[in-house]
Amino acid sequence: MAFKIIVCAKQVPDTNVIKINPKTGTLIREGVPSILNHDDANALEEALRVKDKYPDTHITVVSMGPPQATDMLMECLAMGADEGILVSDRAVGGSDTWATSNAIAAAIKKIGDFDLIFAGRQAIDGDTAQVGPQIAEKMDLPQVSYVQKFELADNMKDITVERALEDGYQKIKLQTPCLLTAIKELNEPRYMTMPGIYEAKNKPLKVWSAADIEVDLDTVGLEASPTNVFRSFTPAPKQPGLKVEGDSEKAKADNLLIGLKEKQVI
Amino acid sequence: MNFQFTKEQELTKKMIEQFCEDVVEPVTEDQDNAHEFPVDIVKQMGELGIMGIPWPKEYGGAGGDYISYCEVIERLSATHCAVGTIAAAHTSLCTGPIFYSGTEEQKQKYVVPLAKGEKLGAFGLTEPNAGSDSGATQTKAEDCGDHWLINGAKVFITNGGYADIFVITAVTDKKKGTHGGISFFIIEKGDPGFSIGKVEDKLGIHASSTTELIFQDCKIPKDRIVGQVGEGFKIAMQTLEKARIGVAAQAVGVAQGAFEVTKDYMNQRKQFGKKLTKFQYPAFTMAELYTRIEAARLLVFRAGDLADKHKPCGTESAMAKFYASEAAMDMATKGLQFHGGYGYINDYAIQRHFRDAKITEIYEGTSEIQKLIVSGAILK
Repeated sequence: MAFKIIVCAKQVPDTNVIKINPKTGTLIREGVPSILNHDDANALEEALRVKDKYPDTHITVVSMGPPQATDMLMECLAMGADEGILVSDRAVGGSDTWATSNAIAAAIKKIGDFDLIFAGRQAIDGDTAQVGPQIAEKMDLPQVSYVQKFELADNMKDITVERALEDGYQKIKLQTPCLLTAIKELNEPRYMTMPGIYEAKNKPLKVWSAADIEVDLDTVGLEASPTNVFRSFTPAPKQPGLKVEGDSEKAKADNLLIGLKEKQVI
Repeated sequence: MNFQFTKEQELTKKMIEQFCEDVVEPVTEDQDNAHEFPVDIVKQMGELGIMGIPWPKEYGGAGGDYISYCEVIERLSATHCAVGTIAAAHTSLCTGPIFYSGTEEQKQKYVVPLAKGEKLGAFGLTEPNAGSDSGATQTKAEDCGDHWLINGAKVFITNGGYADIFVITAVTDKKKGTHGGISFFIIEKGDPGFSIGKVEDKLGIHASSTTELIFQDCKIPKDRIVGQVGEGFKIAMQTLEKARIGVAAQAVGVAQGAFEVTKDYMNQRKQFGKKLTKFQYPAFTMAELYTRIEAARLLVFRAGDLADKHKPCGTESAMAKFYASEAAMDMATKGLQFHGGYGYINDYAIQRHFRDAKITEIYEGTSEIQKLIVSGAILK
């Protein structure tokens, strides 16, 4: 039976070109190109590598967003995914991570059959890193976040991953079905190919409403979201560090102590 | 009238921009300085289906269209013109005539690996005494019963040193002249009696390989003829009619590349206390040049759209080519001038665009030949 992978992806504004309105602290979205979120591209790439090795693997990319997010899903199809599903409905608009994961989990339940879910660690527009893990919790799936290395055994069941830590990594073994979140160290995402671009329109790309995913409307959307943005602001840039000078090691240590005392640190 | 790109054309633009930024741009300067053929880039372009965009999937192509092809050639040429040259010559000059005029066997044997980028193609029409007057071909192909015997030489052949498959014109019946006396053949690297001659040292597109092809009693099988005996000149002209769209796209690319580096320079260079963009003469000149680039681009897409609809595009592709290549030369010349002394220094990219722009006015039919085609069509 074909191995089935679900990839969670988000369309985000390209942060390389984005500007922030200094007065309101919000993103200026006008004229900013939308892109496939970087970590999600790594998630898709790892799924595509499984497909390279086991060609009958089926990859479905799931997203939630406004109708134009189908452009991002087309891009995923052009990279080699088999199917795209966009959950798009006013009823899910304004969802925070809790509400979003409710909707995505409902969509995945609707898809039904899968062996593995890959998500990106976090989206560059929100940086919460919560949606992937929340989906796993709500679906009662084992999960590993911050995956930097992935290996699937030939039995298509046993998985070995490396989970990145600040100063090293954990090697974790688990079994399908499970959810993994990818970081950029996992791989180098491929480009769309020209044949892939022209094949994309022949692949299924569905747009599902809140009714389609049979989600409880009290658990999605702005109203249902327990977190609200109170205010956003651009933090002031950090002051440059001080270099402690001195003719000798002792002099440097003295100067350091003087400096720390001046600042009343000690 | 519809000026909207299709979704596929939009994705193509996104893909080629990423590819150029990540893969091509970092090596452009070094390869141009070293006259180094971009072997790795060409290989990667093959894997991404860039070497067979307009050809159908059943022949190894991407199943795309000429508009996407033009977008790709434009961006490649804006970044590294030699790469645009390599891809365009391969696609429209070599694969094109086999695809349009070849037998099913020839398409399977040659178009498939060419379109997949597994093999590189070249086209040999020009000879020392047959430039604009391409009917004055002297290379001969003699029917020896069970094989063809080819003798002669071709010059200025793009991709010459790296190609696996060549298409060439040769005289099969001198008495019949240009129409009827010239035939079209496929040559493979390694054919007995076929060799690469002089490798040219050029003003621009340094990273492309431009060579002489030498045929000394070169023996090839009978099934290497493309089309019928005597159809060679017609096939060559049909090939150039569409190939010119690619060179025009290339010229738009060079112009765009020259525009971008000039804009960046003008935005950071201050004289008399203000940026160059704040002086009316250079600013208005840039406005004029940008408008010409945009007009050239529209002519290219117009010709490409006709080609996609299988309609005649000879006049349109000729207009696109001379207009775009003159726009490129003008942009590069004025862009270099706005760089002042820095423009004459090799550390600045504008000098490369200036050298690369010139070739687009010359190869695949000079601007004068294009005007001959256009005037012939409109003054009937």
